[in-house]
Amino acid sequence: MNVTRGFTGRPRVHRPGLPPGQYDAGDDWPVLSAEVTPDLAPADWTFRVDGLVEEPRTWSWEQAHALPGSVYEGDIHCVTSWSKFGVRFGGVSVDTFLAAVRPLPTATHAVAYSHTGYTTNLPLTDLTGGKAWIAFSYDGRPLAPEHGGPARLLVPHLYFWKSAKWVAGLKLLDHDEPGFWEQNGYHARGNPWEEQRYSGD
Amino acid sequence: MTETTFTPPTRFAIPGRIAVTHQGANVWQTATLTEIRRETPRAATFRFAVPAWVGHVPGQHLQLRLTAEDGYSAQRHYSLASAPDDSGHIELTLDHVEGGEVSGWFHSEARPGDRVEVRGPVSGFFAWPGDRPALLIGAGSGVVPLMSMVRHHRARGLGVPLRLLVSARSPEELIYAREYGAETTPVFTRSAPPGTPVGRMTAAHLEPVLAEGPPGGWEAYVCGSNAFAEHASRLLVAAGQPVDRIRIERFG
Repeated sequence: MNVTRGFTGRPRVHRPGLPPGQYDAGDDWPVLSAEVTPDLAPADWTFRVDGLVEEPRTWSWEQAHALPGSVYEGDIHCVTSWSKFGVRFGGVSVDTFLAAVRPLPTATHAVAYSHTGYTTNLPLTDLTGGKAWIAFSYDGRPLAPEHGGPARLLVPHLYFWKSAKWVAGLKLLDHDEPGFWEQNGYHARGNPWEEQRYSGD
Repeated sequence: MTETTFTPPTRFAIPGRIAVTHQGANVWQTATLTEIRRETPRAATFRFAVPAWVGHVPGQHLQLRLTAEDGYSAQRHYSLASAPDDSGHIELTLDHVEGGEVSGWFHSEARPGDRVEVRGPVSGFFAWPGDRPALLIGAGSGVVPLMSMVRHHRARGLGVPLRLLVSARSPEELIYAREYGAETTPVFTRSAPPGTPVGRMTAAHLEPVLAEGPPGGWEAYVCGSNAFAEHASRLLVAAGQPVDRIRIERFG
């Protein structure tokens, strides 16, 4: 252990929900997107699921909102070290979209992509079983553009760069294909509990 | 395995990655503080000896870790301020964040000889290899990664055009004030030297630069708070800068 002379750090507070190396951002919700926030109206938003599926499909804003709603209440964790506790997102479970397109048995991974062209890769098992959402609202209000509105992917058990803002679709694949940050040195999976920040962690 | 990466069909577009090496970037190394230079009342530059530093591309950042005696550690991401060179040294310029446990240690406790841990460099997105015209727009300590680019441009005597628009509250809070040359236009939002207008960055600041229209066009790099990044990127888009030629680094 390389102790830094004179460093004590903030008071130790036991937070069971805080992954290693993270701090509680409190009421802050930092914005870290690398691209220009797109001027994307709900009427222009679409969400497509294709690739290794029986029946590729595209949903409009109205069609997606006609699906059964689902809420996530819990925590989120950003690779830049902040975590945010007790957030509340509303949207539709990714399971609901996948049930409609019926993934082929060969599908093992997905690339999530945004209306900006941003991409991020995930094992299919991280998107299924009630662990992922297409989120439209935050704290009961429409999701703000800078936070990915009108709709973002939400995969709260992984670092938040996996939760693609302005989500446009999922492409199901039979292999893992690195996305935007993953090609830029970040970890392929990004599990905050194992501190999978960078490639090789 | 497919060899080519999936490119989504989109209305908007994000700039592509810059080729950088990630070799050695995930290994923690000891960085020994060798010098502290005050820049403004709130910001200072910290120079470190990192003998095994693999080098970086201007604009990249690193991860820095401080460890307490009980094993508690705090890590942060910081932009590199220095240009890449073979001196075995790197520099960071840090704001003193109120209540910040890491920046607080640097500004209140650190002295030459102290050792911290770093790893990196990280990111092939907000990086400028010196190969294309660069329009740099920063506010506050958002100028730090942009200064690495300016220094690189000077150190290598690069002929490719480079311009810097830097916003600060006042002349006293303008980081690197003594280093700027003809490439730089400062914008002061609260108080300014006599004869210089006071106010936030506007389209009027961008127009003359965008009108220069260098061959191949500008690659724009925007760095600062989220509010500044949103403002500056909207100005750029409104002035006709393509969205896939705007790279943004926002401070969390």
